[in-house]
Amino acid sequence: MLRLQNISKTFNPGTVNEKTALRDINLHLEPGDFVTIIGANGAGKSTLFNAIAGSFLPDTGSIHLDGQDITFLPEHRRAKTIGRLFQDPLRGSAPAMTIEENLALAAGGGGWLSHVTRAEKNAFRDRLALLGMDLEDRMRQPVGLLSGGQRQALTLLMATMVPPKLLLLDEHTAALDPGTAEKVLTLTEDIVREGKLTCLMITHNMSSALTLGNRTLMMDSGRILLDLKGEERRGLTVDDLLRMFKENVGKALDNDRMLLS
Amino acid sequence: MSFSAIWGLVQTALELGLTCSLTVLALFLSYSMLNVCDLSTDGCFTLGAAVGAVVAIAGHPWLSIPAAMAAGTLSGLITAVLQTRMGIDSLLAGIIVNTGLYSVNIAVMGKSSQLNMNKTETVFTKLKTLLADTPLAGQYEMLISLAAVTLVILFLALFLRTRLGLAIRATGNNPDMVRSSSINPVFTTTVGLCVANAFTGLSGCLLAQSQKSVNIDIGSGMVTIALASLLIGQTFMGKGSIAKRAVGMVLGSVIFRLVYTAALRLNMPAFMLKLVSSVIVVLAIAGPYFKGQLPTLRRRMAARSGKGGQ
Repeated sequence: MLRLQNISKTFNPGTVNEKTALRDINLHLEPGDFVTIIGANGAGKSTLFNAIAGSFLPDTGSIHLDGQDITFLPEHRRAKTIGRLFQDPLRGSAPAMTIEENLALAAGGGGWLSHVTRAEKNAFRDRLALLGMDLEDRMRQPVGLLSGGQRQALTLLMATMVPPKLLLLDEHTAALDPGTAEKVLTLTEDIVREGKLTCLMITHNMSSALTLGNRTLMMDSGRILLDLKGEERRGLTVDDLLRMFKENVGKALDNDRMLLS
Repeated sequence: MSFSAIWGLVQTALELGLTCSLTVLALFLSYSMLNVCDLSTDGCFTLGAAVGAVVAIAGHPWLSIPAAMAAGTLSGLITAVLQTRMGIDSLLAGIIVNTGLYSVNIAVMGKSSQLNMNKTETVFTKLKTLLADTPLAGQYEMLISLAAVTLVILFLALFLRTRLGLAIRATGNNPDMVRSSSINPVFTTTVGLCVANAFTGLSGCLLAQSQKSVNIDIGSGMVTIALASLLIGQTFMGKGSIAKRAVGMVLGSVIFRLVYTAALRLNMPAFMLKLVSSVIVVLAIAGPYFKGQLPTLRRRMAARSGKGGQ
């Protein structure tokens, strides 16, 4: 489904701020893979997502999605097939516009000059009801009035409205309180399972990295250190993960949020 | 002062307010929706006035309106291309286009800084003859402005609810989200600025024809005047549907002109218009800002005076 070949990226090359964020990354995802990614601060997890989503052009290598070479495709064109959620719940929706209007934009379809139809509104209502947050009765309210958790749930709905070929989740529950985070995570699982979506999820929660999905990547210094799947991944504990990290990197994991959770 | 004299003044203020409210509606689209402060407004207003006048003088009064709007669209397109495709800051792009338009406008007016339309057939004289023997005979200026304003509001109310309109609003509200909805913000910004400047051009065209003359300075300060009107309108109808907010813009423009007319009656010299509009814009933007700062300021003052008292 997704194939990254020899992806490298160095920011500010030739200056004192030179930073190699990705080093020769090779990754292949099967359709329906749900991959969790963990790693220390600055390991290159978000940079990897930026490369896949097209926020910048990698220095080397190529990216293929569903057989199509998307290496040079601009960000907004890739967004047709790649859904993305960020840690900041405010980033994925327009606060001054209503829930309905936000959903209409995400749904796309129809011509530029078409209005949202009644049938579409009903479909939005049904989708919103799935969240169990009573948002279906607030469709005409501006999104700015929603809580962070509600906004993130809405963004999740928007990103998967048209089922994407690939869903990128960048610590999308990290800024939410534990109860809401749990709820959004459950929703994520349901939506990914129902849509049979291929999904990459960055998380700082080691136990959910192991329990969610079918494959776990561990990154450090712009490399993929560990690629755990199948038999090897089954029965693995957080302590095993920490030990494996130390063995591979030679130092303890320094993601404070990761260790605290 | 007699009632009819006062009514005459009010009527002039209404007509002027309505005609210029088209520019306010243009800023409603570019400033309130797209979040772009389009500083090419002054030049674009003059461009619409000049193009409209030249076409009318050439003997095509009806054609003058689409011509002025097309000229405005073109100007908006250039502003948009500068800021979306050439890496020029949006404020700077507006200023650059505005400066360039000064020369363009003089060229359009045939290397002159003034055009006279005293004997020219315009949309206003056309309607005047049409209404000659009806009860509405004296109201032709008001009717044309009102019709233009109504059409533009209707257009905006419908347009901003289409997918393109939603995308334009989202571009000003959260560009990140627009990109992730697979919409190109370059495209939405361009369309928004083109449409907005078409209205600015229309506004200039109508003002020039109602005044029967164009001067190269007809649009100078228009962006500040329109912003002042917009901010006044926002305080009256800040929330609600697009149509309601758009009507608020027109209301703001009319109120601005009425207040200005009243100030003139109180012997304020006419040249003060631009200073007054600047002050209104400053007050309207700084007011809420200071209101937000007030609690902090109060606490600081209290703390200081408490210390002083010891």
